[in-house]
Amino acid sequence: MSARLETIEEVRTALGEAGYLADEATALVAFLAARLGKPVLVEGPAGVGKTELAKALSRATGRTLIRLQCYEGLDEAKALYEWNYRKQLLRIQTEATDTAWTDVKEDIFGDEFLLPRPLLTAISADEPVVLLIDEIDKTDQEFEAMLLEVLSDFQISIPELGVVEARTHPLVLLTSNNSRELTEALKRRCLYLWLDYPAVERELEIVRLHAPELDEQVARKLVEVIHMIRALDLKKPPSIAESIDWARALLLLGADDVDQAVLQRTMSIIVKHRTDLDLVAERVGVKLDDGLFGSRQQAG
Amino acid sequence: MAARLLELADELRGEGVAVGTSELLDAFGALDAVTWTSQEDFREALAATLAKSQEDRRVLDVLFDRFFFRAVEREAVERGLTDERYTGGEGLDLEDLRERIREAIRAGSDGEMRDLARLAIVAFGRQGEGSGVIGVDVQRIRRSLGLRGEKSAGQQLPDPDAVPREALQRFERHVRRELERLLIERTRALPPAKPLRELDRALPSNPAQDLSEVHRTVAQLKRRLASQGREHRGRRRTWHVDVRRTMRASLQTGGVPLDLKYRPRRPRRPELYVLCDVSTSVTSASVFFLSVLHALHDQFRKLRSFVFVERISEVTDVFERERSFATVSRKIATDAGVADVSGYTDYGRVWLEFLDSVVDDLDPRSTVIVLGDARTNGREPHAEAFGRVSAAAGRTLWINPEPKLYWNYGDSVMSTYEPYCDGVFECWTTKQLEVFVNALAELRARA
Repeated sequence: MSARLETIEEVRTALGEAGYLADEATALVAFLAARLGKPVLVEGPAGVGKTELAKALSRATGRTLIRLQCYEGLDEAKALYEWNYRKQLLRIQTEATDTAWTDVKEDIFGDEFLLPRPLLTAISADEPVVLLIDEIDKTDQEFEAMLLEVLSDFQISIPELGVVEARTHPLVLLTSNNSRELTEALKRRCLYLWLDYPAVERELEIVRLHAPELDEQVARKLVEVIHMIRALDLKKPPSIAESIDWARALLLLGADDVDQAVLQRTMSIIVKHRTDLDLVAERVGVKLDDGLFGSRQQAG
Repeated sequence: MAARLLELADELRGEGVAVGTSELLDAFGALDAVTWTSQEDFREALAATLAKSQEDRRVLDVLFDRFFFRAVEREAVERGLTDERYTGGEGLDLEDLRERIREAIRAGSDGEMRDLARLAIVAFGRQGEGSGVIGVDVQRIRRSLGLRGEKSAGQQLPDPDAVPREALQRFERHVRRELERLLIERTRALPPAKPLRELDRALPSNPAQDLSEVHRTVAQLKRRLASQGREHRGRRRTWHVDVRRTMRASLQTGGVPLDLKYRPRRPRRPELYVLCDVSTSVTSASVFFLSVLHALHDQFRKLRSFVFVERISEVTDVFERERSFATVSRKIATDAGVADVSGYTDYGRVWLEFLDSVVDDLDPRSTVIVLGDARTNGREPHAEAFGRVSAAAGRTLWINPEPKLYWNYGDSVMSTYEPYCDGVFECWTTKQLEVFVNALAELRARA
């Protein structure tokens, strides 16, 4: 499936067909990214679909997704390229003793002995790709600086080989959980998109998309409960993925209503800390029971 | 249009949003790509290219509205246009108007709210041409309309007249805007653009969010402290070659030890001693401090925490037993054993007691962090005792919840303690906590 991304509407439809319901801002930024060829920096709390956006984009455009998962201590050898030194060594050893060094040198620093890592793979791909640099905030500032060359000029300099330039223009997405402030230099090169937890209606659509067999009334109540839980002071508020999981679990259990008993049994799907569990049971469970919630739902 | 956009960029810069030339070029590029007819697209395109953080986005939204509102008004003033006004406001049935406004606010439709805001101004605002201060007028009109926001929690009987708080605020914004429009028409000039107030630009937040933010920052603090040894890789000369692993690795390269393996340098485990002032002079900050302390306990094993007012008491157990922040703060408030006789902090006495009971446990690997405002209430500061604490500990850091401006005024003796600290920071928001964490990393790099 390869859709044409000529207008914002088309981007939005294409993303929708790939299973991602984008809002106005997301569709617009995705459109601009394709149009201007700029990387996009996506920030937002955990579990709002930042990584999913990249996957959906790759599905929508029919491009391969190349993913670079960042972590503390990630270095160039794991992100850009590495020389396959064992192979180089074998090459030298098999060489007859009287071969000139320059010949060998020419030979061992060639494409054959280069191990491409995600960034080089993305740059040198023949087909245009979607490059996802996930959780960029986990790395250190030095790594960010190294990314600048890749992100602004789409090229990588390898001292022994020269500059590898991109043959096609990759679509680049960087995600960040905002756990540290990124450098200005990196931000300047990117378009910025802030993803937040969606409003009730949109999340309902998302849940219905991924669990279509679930009764609409139950789905609505489920989403409203999730929103109530997010409003509490929790260590880790439930993400969209978790509300989808919950919806699927309810389907499996055959629940036809979200009441206190159901919440008690299935709470561990959406809340993952012991103190959070207590808090949710105390605040939300009670509301589900005494009918206050039902009346609000009718009024709404 | 380009000129207008540059003006907007200028205003954004004035508010501290870093808008560079490259951002502006992007913005123009983006505007070429989207249709201009949709205000939504226009604004989002600007946001994606100009605002590079959530705070920036917020400032942009506020400025965007104001800027284009002013631009339209300026045009109107230059051309001498005036809007058609509702007249005959005296003939309106006020009860009816009240009911209609309430309906509109509940329905939340912006167009209707604006029209009704105009009507309301005609009906109520004309009594003496307003007070001259727009904010006062807005509140007066709201009161005369009898509009009340819904109470948020703990209400038994729903008030039939109450309207959703958020929609009410939108209505107030409409009233404010219409009043501004009227004022501009009357005076035929634009009022000078005021810088945004802190309140306007602050993100809507609640203590709960702050708590998670504090936890996040402290998690970072932990990473910074834990990765201590690793940063020195390559610079240290005292690395030990791990012969066994080097030999083993050399098998792959035909017995030539190409790749030297080193013994890993064990990162030293940070030992923290945190002293937290919980007296009345830092009431507002102590919730923040306690949440910092709470987050620290989540992250560090070797942490001992103390709270003090007039005397000092150790609360490590309380934090270790209880996981919920609410319980912890209640426990500390009631029975943590803070010898709080007069409610006044006595820093001098606190140091002496700390010296007495804990100082023997301190060693050069431990870090002492003091959270307090250094207001001694005129008592003896015993700086030399603090000096001995700081000499025993490897590092002493002080976090002060007061702005730097207030230090050393009145009974604050910050400067007495400062020479003994490795770092002194002002800190009452999570943002500043982040600054502190960053500074900590740099301090270490220099050491």
